[in-house]
Amino acid sequence: MSNTVWLIPLFPLLGTLLNALFGRWIGRHAHWIAVPALACSFLLSGAVFLRVWNGETFRGDLFPWIEAGTFRTAVTAQVDPLAAVMLLVVTGVGFLIHLYSAGYMHGDPGYARYFTYLNLFVFSMVMLVLAGNFLVLYVFWEAVGLCSYLLIGFWYTRKSAADAGKKAFIVNRVGDFGFGLGVMALWVALGTLDYGTVFDEVETLSPETATVIALLLFMGACGKSAQLPLHTWLPDAMEGPTPVSALIHAATMVTAGVYMVARTHALFERSGVALDVVAWVGGLTALFAATIGLAQTDIKRVLAYSTISQLGYMFAGVGVGAYAAGIFHLVTHAFFKALLFLGAGSVIHAQGGEQDLRKMGGLAPRMVLTTITFLVGAAGLAGLPPFAGFFSKDEILASTYHRGRLWLWALLLLGAFLTAVYIFRVVLLAFFGGPRMSKEVAHHLHESPPVMTLPLGALALLTAVAGVAVGMPSTQGTAFARFLSPVFPLSEEVGHGGLSAYALLVLSVIVAVVGLLFAWLLYGSRPIKVEAIGRPRNRLHALLLNKYYVDELYGFLFVRPLLRVAGFCARVFDLGFIDGIVNGLGQLVVGWARSMRRLQTGYVMNYALMTLLGAVVIVGFLLSR
Amino acid sequence: MDAALIPLLPLLVVGGTALLVIVLDLLPPRDRKGHLGVVALAGVVMALLVSLGLWGREGRAFRGMVVLDNFALFLDVVICYAAALVLLLSTDYLRRNDGERGEYYILVLLSTLGMVLMAAAADLIVIFLALELMSLSLYVLAGFFRGRLAAAEASMKYFLLGAFATGFFIYGIALIYGATGSTALDRIAAATRAGTRDPLLLVGLGLLLVGFGFKISSVPFHMWVPDVYEGAPTSVTAFIATGSKAAGFAALLRVLLSTFKVSQPDWTVLLWVVAVLTMTVGNVVAIAQSNLKRMLAYSSVAHVGYMLIGVVAGGALGAGSVLFYLLVYTFTTAGAFGVILLLERGRREAVDLDDYAGLAGRHPVLALTLALFLLSLIGMPPTAGFAGKFYLFGAAVRSGYIWLAVIAVLNSAVAAYYYLRVVVYMYMRDTEGLPTGPAPSFAGRLALAIALWGIFQLGLLPAPVLDLAQAAVAPLLR
Amino acid sequence: MEHVTLLMVFGLALLVAGAMMWLPTLLAPRRTSAAKVEPFECGKDPLALPEGRFAIKFSTVAIFFIIFDIEVMLIFPWAVQVRALGWTGYLAMLVFLGVLMLGFLYMWKKGGLEWD
Repeated sequence: MSNTVWLIPLFPLLGTLLNALFGRWIGRHAHWIAVPALACSFLLSGAVFLRVWNGETFRGDLFPWIEAGTFRTAVTAQVDPLAAVMLLVVTGVGFLIHLYSAGYMHGDPGYARYFTYLNLFVFSMVMLVLAGNFLVLYVFWEAVGLCSYLLIGFWYTRKSAADAGKKAFIVNRVGDFGFGLGVMALWVALGTLDYGTVFDEVETLSPETATVIALLLFMGACGKSAQLPLHTWLPDAMEGPTPVSALIHAATMVTAGVYMVARTHALFERSGVALDVVAWVGGLTALFAATIGLAQTDIKRVLAYSTISQLGYMFAGVGVGAYAAGIFHLVTHAFFKALLFLGAGSVIHAQGGEQDLRKMGGLAPRMVLTTITFLVGAAGLAGLPPFAGFFSKDEILASTYHRGRLWLWALLLLGAFLTAVYIFRVVLLAFFGGPRMSKEVAHHLHESPPVMTLPLGALALLTAVAGVAVGMPSTQGTAFARFLSPVFPLSEEVGHGGLSAYALLVLSVIVAVVGLLFAWLLYGSRPIKVEAIGRPRNRLHALLLNKYYVDELYGFLFVRPLLRVAGFCARVFDLGFIDGIVNGLGQLVVGWARSMRRLQTGYVMNYALMTLLGAVVIVGFLLSR
Repeated sequence: MDAALIPLLPLLVVGGTALLVIVLDLLPPRDRKGHLGVVALAGVVMALLVSLGLWGREGRAFRGMVVLDNFALFLDVVICYAAALVLLLSTDYLRRNDGERGEYYILVLLSTLGMVLMAAAADLIVIFLALELMSLSLYVLAGFFRGRLAAAEASMKYFLLGAFATGFFIYGIALIYGATGSTALDRIAAATRAGTRDPLLLVGLGLLLVGFGFKISSVPFHMWVPDVYEGAPTSVTAFIATGSKAAGFAALLRVLLSTFKVSQPDWTVLLWVVAVLTMTVGNVVAIAQSNLKRMLAYSSVAHVGYMLIGVVAGGALGAGSVLFYLLVYTFTTAGAFGVILLLERGRREAVDLDDYAGLAGRHPVLALTLALFLLSLIGMPPTAGFAGKFYLFGAAVRSGYIWLAVIAVLNSAVAAYYYLRVVVYMYMRDTEGLPTGPAPSFAGRLALAIALWGIFQLGLLPAPVLDLAQAAVAPLLR
Repeated sequence: MEHVTLLMVFGLALLVAGAMMWLPTLLAPRRTSAAKVEPFECGKDPLALPEGRFAIKFSTVAIFFIIFDIEVMLIFPWAVQVRALGWTGYLAMLVFLGVLMLGFLYMWKKGGLEWD
């Protein structure tokens, strides 16, 4: 298996190199390199998956990397069921989105650059998933962040895009700072960064140490997976091309945090407190982001908040110890959220770049395929049976309930209701009702080309069947959980008191359906007054519309004081004090440099004298000791 | 082949090639000498391969005056790499500057012979002989562009000061001979081990250090460096900066570590001060330079300071990291000078900072290449410069020289300023006047590619080479 | 400290050399002008160095002489010991002379011996 495993990241890397080096000549044919590269990776991932299915696992070093004193680490890869699932998702969804991009980005002047970045991202993400120790994980953790930054700011001539890229990078750095500290703390505590050794020796850590390390690591997860309070970058990240939003900011990269927590669950379990923090941050974020999603008018922003919210569900799942459920939701979410984003992209593409829900409406008859697939995605997100999201979300809800976290469960249930409301609000505003776009745009309205609708269909199919196929709950857990059981041991469901599993299931369905109806009542049952949408109706609405003023709060709390401090520093401290010192030092150095330059007379005899002086000092020193 | 000659094999290959080139130079064609470069390059590459093939062998020749051990072989590799890169860079460069004459290749080979001999010398007299062979060739090479005033000045200064420093060196040898009755390194070591601190010996050591200090250009014996580096043909500058420095360090390490082990407390303190002075002076004065060759000259002085840290730290790790850094430094510096040498503005070599304004816009690959070499000089990961500095400073910390490491790190920070200034010029300024462009040269590009490969190979996978370097210094520490 | 004299020599050298560099700048009043630093030649611009120019060819010949002279010196000790050194010594000398002759040939062909 070893050779096959290394080939998976190799193909996208080759694609990156080819497009980066020869992009100028390849130009609009870049997808002929990038897409087949992903196809190969996907096929290989499938092969690897099958072997893991048969119980094989793999662990191996590519090469020894850093050896300094007692610090030794290698570029290690590890394939277990968890990694195999993630590989399939990353390369599979990645492949579909590459395909879709070939249509979506068609004619963009930066076509080759786009595929360079996209391939580089897949390479980094695959390596992140394959990583067998914390250092490799950290390196590729940063690498996917870099790709995200590059792709958000892909249209860098647009100031908002460039700013969004910077924002994403900076907010992520805040989290990664913690992550880096966590990795270092781990090394200090255990003297190794290797997964296997760390998890074996985790019992030797005191719970307090484990808490510190786990929380530091989780800080990184918060940044990458856009959880409270570091969620602000993700909505802005929608400035990037839509396929990027689908791949990176919905399906794969942002789930890295969830993956990391699940992967290192031994550490979090040792701490206990950290696991609770994860669960509550997840639960709160799930509800919080869902409420914001209710009021947004930009189709991609709604989806972005939805992503944040769904990531919250995943964290809540892993936080209560239902790792398999969390990962399962990660997988189904990758399907339906990628589908929704690609559908949104198709809509945006058809309307010549318009993203405002207020200027859409009535698209259904003109874009039948997009509408149907989008509906499937929406049903998946809202948790309507038999679509995938229903099974995975219900898994999380049930686990929370059964483990006695009733408050958390209530939060999530309320979130589920809101999810159904906001997503069908989008559906109704975009695809149904009367058209509200300008005549010109309406005239050009068209269904997207097959290269774009094909991935839509594939993802819709996955959304439709994935849940039924592997997510059916049974007394031995879902098929998915059984597959992951070598990594996450199946837990016996504790305390079957209160509502039974089936009652919970029915409750979930009811909540989703009520949400759907609610949305229809507001946006489908009567003609919509466009002017009223996006205008604050009351204080609560204004609060939601302005995303709880978090950006403003951060602006007030951090950015502006920082700017003020910076301004103070710049004017008083820097110009006066530091510049005084620096200029002083500078003058000192320059003065020194000058006096030395004066020594550098160009006269040989002076040089020789200097040599003589040096000789005398050296000999004198040696003798006088 | 006679078994007694095996220790001399690298020397014989280089020397034989030199003789061959002398003969070929006498044959027609008269005006084109490019083929001599190819022959010389083949010889150097052969010597490189021979050195690699001999790895692990030990032997002595000429009654122990010349040794073959891993230490010599490692430095052979460094020197041969330097010579090969310089030869690759030279051919087209000479033609462009109307300096295509056969002597050039002969002198480069003879000077390489001196360097290789220096790495293998086990007797002070042989060290002196090698030093002179290397230096005399370099003096002439420095003034190879006869028509240029700066070249003549460089050559003359280099010669006068070099001769002056050699005077100290040979006086040192005389005193040491007086104190111990021998010039063979092992016998000196044996004589000193028994005795106490003999002042005569210490004075001799001090004078030797003056001679070495001149060759490796440590403060205060660095005064010749900027003038010579600036005036000499750029390819020769690269050779002086890499090859002769490696040879100087080779002899210095061998003498200090294996022969003057007893006096270690004495020279350690001395070199501590010299290291600090050298890197600080080099970095500070480099800030004030606007000529790239001059700037790199001071930068090379600073890098000697870093390498002296490894000598001070001592032990397998310290000395090993010096060897590792020499290899890193050879690739990086030869590469940086290589880019300068390829660029011209109008009909003039592009050496001023202004010539580099806006280079990235028109020649992105070349600009990136130079930027990478400069980043390696700063010590940015993942280039080799980082690994090299990491090991050097790490060795200092390991041996308890925390302050030395701190000063070195501060120095690296200062150094980043003037290296990055070049990058800023290339990427953020607009060109004024004539555009700077690269001269067409396949061999030059090949040299840059090899150097680039070197800094990434050593930067990403430093451990195996460091292991080799540590194995190489093992014979000295026995 | 038996070698204190040595140290003293160094100290003295330093002192004298330093003083010679430093004292003039201290003592001598210097108001230089273009006319002052020129060599004096009866109020006219100087035409040549006082001692006259010396043909560089003399020095090249001198250098060649010294080089070959010194190298040939090696033959004397060899000749004294030629029997003791045996065939190895004989071969070594042949190699040495070969290299020397090659250098000579090179000098000759490159025109080092031509006077004009």
